Amino acid sequence: MSVIIDENTKIIVQGITGHQGSFHSGEMIKFGAKVVAGVTPGKGGMKVHDVPVYDTVEEAMIHEPDATMITVPAPFVKDAAFEAMYNGIRVVYILTEKVPLHDALDIVSYARSHGHVVIGPNGPGITVPGKTKMGIMPNHIFKKGTVAVASRSGTLTYEIVNALTLNGYGQSTVIGLGGDRITGLNFVDVLELFEKDEDTEAIVLVGEIGGTAEEEAAEYIKKNVSKPVVAYIAGRSAPPGKRMGHAGAIITRGKGTAESKIKAFNEAGVPVAEFPWEIPDALKKVYK
Amino acid sequence: MNLYEYQGKALFRKFGVPTPEGYVAFKPEDIKEFEGERVIKAQVLTGGRGKSGGVKFASSLEEARKLAKQILAMEIKGHKVHAVLVEEKLKIEKEFYVSILIDRSTRSPLIMASPEGGVEIESVPDEKIYKFVVNPEIGVKPFVGRVLSKKMGFTGDLAKQFTNILMNLYKLFREYDAELVEINPLVLSEGKLIAADSKVVIDTDSLYRHKDLEENAEEKTPLELEANKAGYAFVELDGNVGVIANGAGLTMATLDTLLLYGLKPRNFLDLGGTDSVDITKNAFTYVLKANPDAILVNIFGGVTKCDTVAQGIIAAKDAFNINMPIVVRLSGVHEEEGRKMLEENGIHAFADMRHAIEKLKEIMEGSQ
Repeated sequence: MSVIIDENTKIIVQGITGHQGSFHSGEMIKFGAKVVAGVTPGKGGMKVHDVPVYDTVEEAMIHEPDATMITVPAPFVKDAAFEAMYNGIRVVYILTEKVPLHDALDIVSYARSHGHVVIGPNGPGITVPGKTKMGIMPNHIFKKGTVAVASRSGTLTYEIVNALTLNGYGQSTVIGLGGDRITGLNFVDVLELFEKDEDTEAIVLVGEIGGTAEEEAAEYIKKNVSKPVVAYIAGRSAPPGKRMGHAGAIITRGKGTAESKIKAFNEAGVPVAEFPWEIPDALKKVYK
Repeated sequence: MNLYEYQGKALFRKFGVPTPEGYVAFKPEDIKEFEGERVIKAQVLTGGRGKSGGVKFASSLEEARKLAKQILAMEIKGHKVHAVLVEEKLKIEKEFYVSILIDRSTRSPLIMASPEGGVEIESVPDEKIYKFVVNPEIGVKPFVGRVLSKKMGFTGDLAKQFTNILMNLYKLFREYDAELVEINPLVLSEGKLIAADSKVVIDTDSLYRHKDLEENAEEKTPLELEANKAGYAFVELDGNVGVIANGAGLTMATLDTLLLYGLKPRNFLDLGGTDSVDITKNAFTYVLKANPDAILVNIFGGVTKCDTVAQGIIAAKDAFNINMPIVVRLSGVHEEEGRKMLEENGIHAFADMRHAIEKLKEIMEGSQ
C-alpha cells in the first residue's frame, strides 16, 4: 500500500513538450513511474522519451491515466486542471508557480466536492521510493523505507530527505504540498493518509511561516495520530509583512509566526528540530 | 497589490457598492468649489492616518486647499502622501464592519461582518464577528444576506441594502482576483448603508488580466524592487551576512540557521531552480549593493549542476572584484567538480550546510 499514487498509477503530463515537462518526465521514467502519455495542444503526434503526445486529454484517455502532472504556464493551469478533471482523472498535480489565487480556489473547491485530489500548485510533487514519482524531486536522494514526509517547500524537502537517507532512514512517501496560500492538500489531509498507510511508521512535517496549517496539524495529531511525528519550521527569522519567496510564507497581522507553530507542535508532543540536519536525531528519540 | 482608498472606492462604484460622493486630488488646485462640508483624506497604503492628522474637515474651498496642501506634504508611518480624497461629509449614525477574504484553512472565500465597525477588527471580540464560509461553486446568493443581516440586526430595507452590498462586493472580489476587500467602517447615514472607507488587495499573480488597474508601487525598498524585476525573490534584512540560496524554504532555513549561530543575515535571495552561470553571477549584484561583510551561498541542487553554479560564483568574484569572504555550500550533480573549482579560486566550499555556516562563523569572529 502507499499514499495517493503507487507503482501501478498511470500518469500523463500536460505540457510535456515544454522544457520542464520534457526533462522531468524523463527523470520520472528513470525512477520507475508509468508515464503513459503527454498532452500539448497543437503538438499531437510527437513523441517525448518515446511517450506519445496528444492534442487533448480526451485523446490521451485511451491510456486510462489515473493522474496528471500539469506543467503549463500559470495563465493556462485552470483550463488544464479542469480538462483533466472533466475527463475523470483522479489525481491532479500542479507544478506551475504563480497560479492566480482565485484560479487555485476554483480548481481546489471543484476537486474537493467531486472526489479529485489536487497536489500543489507550486510544489515539487509526490515520490514513493522504490515505486513511482510524479514531480521534480531529485531521484538520487531517496531510499525506500518507513518514514513519511510532508512539506510546504521544495529544496528544503530535499535537504531533509537527504539527511534522512544519509542517516539510514528510508521514506515511504514524500509529498510537497506547495508554497501557495491555497493548496489542494494541507498537513491534516496527509496526516490522515499517513496514519492509515501500512508502509508508514513515522512522520516528518516540514512547515513554514504563514497561515495556520501547522497549528491545525498539531490539533489533529493530538486526537488522531498514533505514529511518532517530528517537525521543522522555516521562517523563525522572517520579519512581519514580508513575503519570503512563497506566496504563502508571510506573517500578516501577527498571525502565522514560527513561534506559534513551534508552540502548537510542542503542545501536541511533536519535537521541532532547530536545524534541518537535526531531523534524523529528533526522529531517533521518538522512533528508532 | 494594495489599492489606495480612492482606487478601491472606484471599484466599489463600478460594482454598485454605495460610497460617499467624492474625487481624488493630487494637488490643492484640483479641489473644486463646494457647498457644506468636505472631508480631506490622505491617500496612503497604511492604517492609522486619522491619528496622524491625515484626515481633516473643511467648510470652504480656501480651507480645503490649505488643509490639502498640509496633508500632501505629510509622511505617515514612512509613507509619503501623494494624493488626497475629497468627499462629502456624512452624518454617521452607526459604524459597521464587513470584509471578504480567502480563508486558507477552509480553502474558501470567507465573509466577516461585525456590528462594531470603525475600529481595528483585531480588537473586536470573536463573538462579535459573524463569519460565513462561501462555497465558491454557489457564490453569494440572497440567502447569505439574510443569514448575516439577521445576525447583524438589519431588518426591512437595511437588510436589503446589506444583502446587495454583500453580493456586489463578492462579485468585485471574484472578478478582480482580490485577496481582501474590506469596508471599515460601513456607515449608516440617513437611512443608507455607505462604504466610508475601502481596503482592496489584489492578487499580484493575477495582474496580467487586470490591465485597467494602475500598478501601485509595493511596499518594497528600491533594491528589493530592482532585484525582483531581475527575477530574484529578494528581501532586505538588517544584518551583515549576504545570502544566496535556492528555494524559498531552504533560503528561510538558511537565515534561521545563521541567526541561531549568532550571525545576522543582510538579505533573503532565492536563486530559484537554475542551471545558468549568468543567473548565479547576477544574483551577486544585488547582494553586493546591500553592502554585506561576507557572503554565504547555500545550494542544494536537486538537478542543478554544481559546476555551473561554481562558474557563476567565480565569474562574479572576478567581475565585481569581491574581496570579502565567500563561503559556499554546494550539493547536487557534479558537486565535487564544483567545490574543487571554488577551492582553486580561494573560495571555501562545503558539501553540507552546517560546516559551511560554522566556517563562516569562524571567519567572521576571527576578523573582529
